Amino acid sequence: MAKQVLVACGAGIATSTVVNSAIEELAKENNLKVDLKQIKIAEVGAYVDTADLLVTTAMTKTEYPFPVINARTFLTGIGVEDTKKQILEELQK
Amino acid sequence: MSELFFNESVILLDVEGDNKEEVLATISNNLVERGLVKESFVPAIIKREGEFATGLPTAGVSVAIPHTDVEHVNKKTISIAVLKNPVDFVIMGDDSETTPVQLVFMLAMDEAHSQLSLLQKLMQVFQEEDTLKYLVNQKDKTKIKSLLEEKLDFVALKGGER
Repeated sequence: MAKQVLVACGAGIATSTVVNSAIEELAKENNLKVDLKQIKIAEVGAYVDTADLLVTTAMTKTEYPFPVINARTFLTGIGVEDTKKQILEELQK
Repeated sequence: MSELFFNESVILLDVEGDNKEEVLATISNNLVERGLVKESFVPAIIKREGEFATGLPTAGVSVAIPHTDVEHVNKKTISIAVLKNPVDFVIMGDDSETTPVQLVFMLAMDEAHSQLSLLQKLMQVFQEEDTLKYLVNQKDKTKIKSLLEEKLDFVALKGGER
């Protein structure tokens, strides 16, 4: 079954759009099916029961029952390969 | 999708401020004066930056991409500000760590989720140290405009000048 991945930023406008597309591509390259949800960080609560992973550029102090990966590297390019590896590991679990 | 407004009037050089709030107010007030955003854009963008920081420690020159909700925007634009002295912005995704920002790209977007190619190109620029250094040191607004039009492929996004 496709894993549900939440992609969240503060406004849900700028950064999550870029990250969403990067993850889409990453999944395609690795033949993985993902159910991507691009949301605002404040909306994560609505998905706690269904999500498998949260990838976000916003800061979050809330504890979730799924892993949280910081996606800032998709915007700066510095360290992006490590972030991709982390995401892939979660998707392949 | 509406056209993107971009010319020298939204490019600001030698912007001064003691802190990020002053810098954000200067840049956003310019957009208000030009009718591109509503007056509510100014407090909204300052508040959003406080809640969700947008500083990015990019290659060579740190940048920030402040943005806020679409309802404060009249006309889609990107305002570029070169700061006279670096100003600390909190790093995106962090709660206290800051980065000394020299270039601010203020995004005034009028639709959510519709700017993908533009944003991707912008992020590409953030990964080009030479381009960022050129922008920081350039004193000619028209040259900044031309470079960004080329890098961000604005021609495809907008019609004529206004």
